[in-house]
Amino acid sequence: MNERMDETAPHAGGIGLAAPPAAAGRAAGARADNGPPVIELDGFGFQYRSQQEPTLHDITLTIAAGEKVLIVGPSGSGKSTLAHCLNGLAPHVHSGEMTGRARVCGRELAGLGILELSRLIGTVLQDSDGQFVGMTVGEDIAFELENRAVPQTEMRERVERAARAVGMEAHLGASPQTLSGGQKQRVSMAGVLVSDTPVLLFDEPLASLDPEAGRQAVERIDAIHRETGKTIVIVEHRLEEVLHRPVDRIVVFADGRIVADLPPAELLSSPLLAETGLREPLYVTALRHAGCAISPELHPESLERLELASIREPLRDWHEAAPSDPPPPRRSPVLELEDVQFAYDDEGPAVLSGLSLQLGEGELLAVAGHNGAGKSTLARLICGFYRPTSGRILHRGRDLAGDTIKERSERIGFVMQNPNHMLSKTLLYDEVALGLRLRGVPEDEARERVLETLRICGLHPFRSWPVSALSYGQKKRVTIASILVLDPDILLLDEPTAGQDYRHYNEMMEFVLQLKERGKSILVITHDMHLMMEYAERTVVIGDGRVLADAPPATILTDAELVRRASLRETSLQRLAERAGIGAPAEFVGRFIRRDREGRGR
Amino acid sequence: MKAKLIAYTGQDSPIHRLTGAAKLVVFAVWSVTAMITYDTRVLLVLLALGLIAFRVSRVRFRDFSFVLALILVFFLMNHVAIFLFSPLEGVRIYGTRHDLLHLVGRWWVTEEQLFYQLNVALKYLAVIPMALLFILTTDPGEFASSLNRVGVSYRIACSVSIAMRYIPDIQRDFQNIRFAAQARGLDISRKEKLVKRVRHMVGILLPLILTSVQRIETVSAAMELRGFGQGPKRTWYSARPLRAADIAAIAFVVLLAAASFWLTFEDGSRFYNPFA
Repeated sequence: MNERMDETAPHAGGIGLAAPPAAAGRAAGARADNGPPVIELDGFGFQYRSQQEPTLHDITLTIAAGEKVLIVGPSGSGKSTLAHCLNGLAPHVHSGEMTGRARVCGRELAGLGILELSRLIGTVLQDSDGQFVGMTVGEDIAFELENRAVPQTEMRERVERAARAVGMEAHLGASPQTLSGGQKQRVSMAGVLVSDTPVLLFDEPLASLDPEAGRQAVERIDAIHRETGKTIVIVEHRLEEVLHRPVDRIVVFADGRIVADLPPAELLSSPLLAETGLREPLYVTALRHAGCAISPELHPESLERLELASIREPLRDWHEAAPSDPPPPRRSPVLELEDVQFAYDDEGPAVLSGLSLQLGEGELLAVAGHNGAGKSTLARLICGFYRPTSGRILHRGRDLAGDTIKERSERIGFVMQNPNHMLSKTLLYDEVALGLRLRGVPEDEARERVLETLRICGLHPFRSWPVSALSYGQKKRVTIASILVLDPDILLLDEPTAGQDYRHYNEMMEFVLQLKERGKSILVITHDMHLMMEYAERTVVIGDGRVLADAPPATILTDAELVRRASLRETSLQRLAERAGIGAPAEFVGRFIRRDREGRGR
Repeated sequence: MKAKLIAYTGQDSPIHRLTGAAKLVVFAVWSVTAMITYDTRVLLVLLALGLIAFRVSRVRFRDFSFVLALILVFFLMNHVAIFLFSPLEGVRIYGTRHDLLHLVGRWWVTEEQLFYQLNVALKYLAVIPMALLFILTTDPGEFASSLNRVGVSYRIACSVSIAMRYIPDIQRDFQNIRFAAQARGLDISRKEKLVKRVRHMVGILLPLILTSVQRIETVSAAMELRGFGQGPKRTWYSARPLRAADIAAIAFVVLLAAASFWLTFEDGSRFYNPFA
């Protein structure tokens, strides 16, 4: 068994956790149809007590021991509710009623408390910050063992082993504040592995990670699967990222029902993803643009296994025929940073050391960089929350050094990542009107401007609603509206699409694009590579406190060194171009983006 | 943000090496002793011992200067208040009256009052070093297990440690919220009038409370998923067994307390009376 594990997991470094008998004798990555079922749902439904309608209807799903299953679906499709039913959060924390039949590891779900379930299904939550309850890494991993009153000597041994399985053994004494998002998630994984449950459930594991950390998370989940043979259930809407490593089956949710339960190759060959509003992998879209018929025989589930013989020609032809991107227009700068240096305190290390960049009139500029590269600091310096140690920040050629935060906010609007940090009124109307009222704008004029802004933002129908009744995406829009109402000519958006599914991502960015067309100059801080490629004219990569690159997104994303330094990933389009033997991958990526934009009616 | 609050320093010293539970017991017994006694001799001994312990722990002044300043401000206010509200408390306690100076109305400065307030000051000074030391030298991870070991329910002990765990995160939320508010014109700096500042503060507190409540929900769900609060007992990853030094420290403080009670109550009063 051990020998085989070493063969199949060359880079995982020995997880060393006992594999349950179900995994014995099963080949890595192969389908495990013959394992005993661990999750059996038959006509299962769930209705939250606070809801009028059931959230899940008639779910029939069987997951066998040792399988790796991906559950996808847009926001509100019920996939998270299913995860909550499996780990007991519903109905034990979020009360509601289950209908139909459900069994976990052969036991009736209805008879299992949250404690019993936690011994069968280990959950890694989306919010790795909220899940980190210990003062140190070691304590957090030990949390479940502590609760089960495991003796300390045994506990230390098991914690050590679990930490090694996720590569965190060198950080056992570290506090959560010193860890990156990816590291925190690894600690969460160890905290679940430590109690050796037969099933691992990952609830949107990629939501709060940058592309590189996301890639590592997918690889780590796969290594855990191969080494321990545990059953893995991943709930996530980012299909392409998860498919970086093979999964046995993909279950598609829409409107509280299962609309597909297929092996990846078959699902990608069907039009089901597009119909449910999910994004298929970019390379698959590229093949469709080139007129290739996608069938399971092509192995569309993996870019590396993709059968190129029949598609190389059409792909090349398409590339030759596609028009290349025109060079971006020259724009006069509205915002300039000249050699800006900044450190939080005099002795402290420099956060920015000589950063210069320009935002052009009516431009949409993306700023990328790994965590801690100084992206958020940059926005705060522009808004005046901090003052640069040296260097100048100019608005239309005028130095902003003498302006207060309030004065700057009339020209430069800053929208934070977390809308809950910005919303301070109970009613939507008051929220948007706040900035005007504080500036003493007469109520008549304020009213007109608020209503006009709400119209632009598509929030007019909700004008008398309480903020708390809005969805996350709508709240995000409210925060933009509350900034827009002051009529700044520059918008700084911090991760505007974080945590949103494809449909909401699209809506948000189309809205941002409209603002751009109305003449706003927009600077977006983002890790989202789709956003960069599809909407930004230019991407600036920040690292070590200065600008590492300033180029069109396609150029940046095809430069391996830059991609690494910004904690991004190379796009699958580039790899497709390389595999198809297209000489200029950046050009191919550029042409694809152009084609894709046109395809969506722009 | 700039003002650094007090936190575990993670140094190595005989004081740091004591277990959290031992330090908690020492701190508790010490504080009770200092609270009860008004015997100047005892308080002076406690103060001297406290300062020696501080020296041994090698903690740096800048690690606690901010909190010390806060305590001293409170200390001064307390003294002013004592004098304002009962200027003749010392006279009542010691039963004699030696006037030094008449200020106004019923406010006389008396030797007895000065001596009484000197004792109050000494009580503060005897407890402050130990309180600071306890916080500065106890690994927060060990804190909950120490509370639990001295008999506090593990649910309460854990809540305390979880609260400590999320303080930095909530500080960061607060900073973000304040920035967002400032950019929209909610100014809480001294440039605004007091009434407006208070009103604007509400605009910042509401989102802070809402985000904190959300955080608590996530955290408690996460804790429940990992089996928290189900068993009658719980073990601790970072608890340390009591060693000879810990037992010696506890024995020492118990003896010290016994001696000070004996000395204090020998004459039948909590107060040492030089005027008799």
